[in-house]
Amino acid sequence: MSIIRRPMNRRSLLKAGAASGLVLATPTIISRSAWAETNFRNDPTNSKTVTFGFNVPQTGAYADEGADELRAYQLAVKHLNGEGDGGMLSTMKPLSLNGNGVLGKKVDYVTGDTQTKSDAARASAKRMIEKDGVVMWSGGSSSGVAIAQQSLAQEMGVVFMCGLTHSNDTTGKDKRRYGFRHFFNAYMSGAALGPVLDKEMGKDRRAYHLTADYTWGWTQEESIANTTEGLGWETVNKVRTPLGAGDFSQYIAPVLNSGADVLILNHYGKDMINSLTQAVQFGLRDKLVNGKNFEIIVPLYSRLMAQGAGENIKGIYGTTNWNWSLQDEGSKAFVKSFGQEYGFPPSQAAHTCYVQTLLYADACERAGTFNPAEVIKALEDHQFDGMGNGPTLYRGSDHQCFKDVLVVKGNENATSQFDLLEVVEVTPASQVTYDPEIFGGELGPYKV
Amino acid sequence: MDAIVLQILNGLDKGGAYALIALGLTLIFGTLGVVNFAHGALFMLGAFCAVAFNKLIGLEQVVVDPTKTTAWGTPLETRVPYIEVWLGDTGTTMLNYSVPLSIAFAIPVMLLVGYVMERGLIRHFYKRPHAEQILVTFGLAIVLQEIIKTYFGANPIPQSAPDMVRGAMDLGIWIGFDPGTVVYPQWRIVYLFFSLSVIGGVFAFLQFTTFGMVVRAGMADRETVGLLGINIERRFTLVFAVAAVVAGLAGVMYTPILPPDYHMGMDFLVLSFVVVVVGGMGSLPGAVSAGFLLGILQSFASMNEVKTILPGIDQIIIYLVAVIILLVRPRGLMGRKGVMET
Repeated sequence: MSIIRRPMNRRSLLKAGAASGLVLATPTIISRSAWAETNFRNDPTNSKTVTFGFNVPQTGAYADEGADELRAYQLAVKHLNGEGDGGMLSTMKPLSLNGNGVLGKKVDYVTGDTQTKSDAARASAKRMIEKDGVVMWSGGSSSGVAIAQQSLAQEMGVVFMCGLTHSNDTTGKDKRRYGFRHFFNAYMSGAALGPVLDKEMGKDRRAYHLTADYTWGWTQEESIANTTEGLGWETVNKVRTPLGAGDFSQYIAPVLNSGADVLILNHYGKDMINSLTQAVQFGLRDKLVNGKNFEIIVPLYSRLMAQGAGENIKGIYGTTNWNWSLQDEGSKAFVKSFGQEYGFPPSQAAHTCYVQTLLYADACERAGTFNPAEVIKALEDHQFDGMGNGPTLYRGSDHQCFKDVLVVKGNENATSQFDLLEVVEVTPASQVTYDPEIFGGELGPYKV
Repeated sequence: MDAIVLQILNGLDKGGAYALIALGLTLIFGTLGVVNFAHGALFMLGAFCAVAFNKLIGLEQVVVDPTKTTAWGTPLETRVPYIEVWLGDTGTTMLNYSVPLSIAFAIPVMLLVGYVMERGLIRHFYKRPHAEQILVTFGLAIVLQEIIKTYFGANPIPQSAPDMVRGAMDLGIWIGFDPGTVVYPQWRIVYLFFSLSVIGGVFAFLQFTTFGMVVRAGMADRETVGLLGINIERRFTLVFAVAAVVAGLAGVMYTPILPPDYHMGMDFLVLSFVVVVVGGMGSLPGAVSAGFLLGILQSFASMNEVKTILPGIDQIIIYLVAVIILLVRPRGLMGRKGVMET
């Protein structure tokens, strides 16, 4: 065995340098996207399935709404995996999904219980991210909870597709790059209601607000008061009521002789059911004040809540994100799928959750990756149609969807137990669109 | 002035509910010495007796119309309550009066619930510390509300007052106010009189019957009554069942005011305990007076004029009064010496 030491000359140095450069450059040239893809949390590249998380209220006051959300998510997963009749996949435009899961991976899901409490929702979401490896999670029926989960999404680098949240803050001062809202907001409710209130109740009105004392209530009160004052109405009083007060009679009694001829109930869920029921019992709807019929307005309606309020909702105006009675192709396809699966029509909460799941999945297909930074870019400023609300824009600057808003009235001649809301006006998206700067906030970075 | 009258009325009917729940609570505490945290759940069970009765008499005949379909493509179903098919107008009237009629359904149900609860669980905790009683009854309350949620869902279920007393009435014109200034829901007035009647009935039962005399004697000195050869335990079982009925009836009649849901008992539980503490542990007149007093104070604290001076007072007034009472009169307004004292 002999060791021959050869002196390094210029030629061999150049050869060695070129070879080393080639070796070092190879990974980035050949597999640049693979390299990038492994650089995010819960990358499902090496798995046959991809997991979504559905974090809904399974206990507490919004459990029924949560159950409806879960039904919609399960239906969405079914449709994404090519089972069932496909639902809105047959009407969604543009569509990159083809019914074989997402990016060729079968969609699996895990569920969690938000309990409609911010801390419980965050804990449940964290478990989904860290233990179950979800690439996206969605759900919820409260703005406080949605805002808390959006912050977590930004911290963890996992996309959160909001469920039902109506506060301006969600896509306003508390907006996050990793949070997206399909549902409409309080500002849009006000903008949509304005012209209808003007037409139905005139310009000379005196309004009294009863408002749930938390983020959603405050923003709704502000938005509706801005709208009504813009019409020329006078705001007599704004009274904050504790969340879950149960008996609102002590807050309703002062309305009787306040000089107000309109009561605006900025309440949702059980609070809305109770305050509306009791306001009607106090005879407010039969009252004549300032020579006008006393009116009650519930700016945010939900069919599930309307069921709880029973016949008290008859003739009362409000807004809703979507209603199962809509006759566009997307709505009809979704109602048919949902109705055949469960035997009753979906709620607006179910609709927004179903749409959010499809939108996220479609964005992954368009991005060609589950990398959240790329998926976010695919969702931002994305325009779509066929999902039940007409042409819609997912605005990039605040992650808020802009679409038509429904002004509804409690149905006076209901034909079934589900036929509770009558659509009186479809307010076009252009009328409810606003400058994102008015609510401030910072989205934050793509990479976390 | 009309605002004050309205808040007094409001406080009285709110106080009626507090007094009814607190009455049962203090009756159990005074006789059995048990701190019953499941008492709110009994109020809720009563409310669901009204819901169940309404569903029972409202059972519907389903007729499928194959010529029409729903929005999701299944044949349309037309539903008519059997009771209307069988009894015609009488059936419609029964459905209209389902809440008051459900009292007849709730009394035996609540008696049975009270009896089973006392014999099956509570009696095993008579001699255990109060902390253990609280834990077991609180656990029972959670179990009961979860059972109700499983069967009836989490959403409130509206119950209507009979048409005759559904609207509001102008009380002002009877007491010298301008028409339309003191308008109050008729059912709430019915509720106020109902609660006064039940309270009166319970007091009469305890005051003027031999059974009541023995119970009162047992409340004062359980051991001596036992030494006289009276089976006080058997009577106390019935007292528990009566307390369950009182809470249940309070719940039944409250359903048109507050659409019942599985959690409504918990909402009233804490308030009722405060009422019992303010009234004096084990004092029946104390519980009733404190119920009305706190109801009225809560109503006044919600007046805009008061809230302008003291923001948020409406949410803490009851607890503030409880703190003051406990500082000034540690036994409560009408508390007896020796109750919960060592």
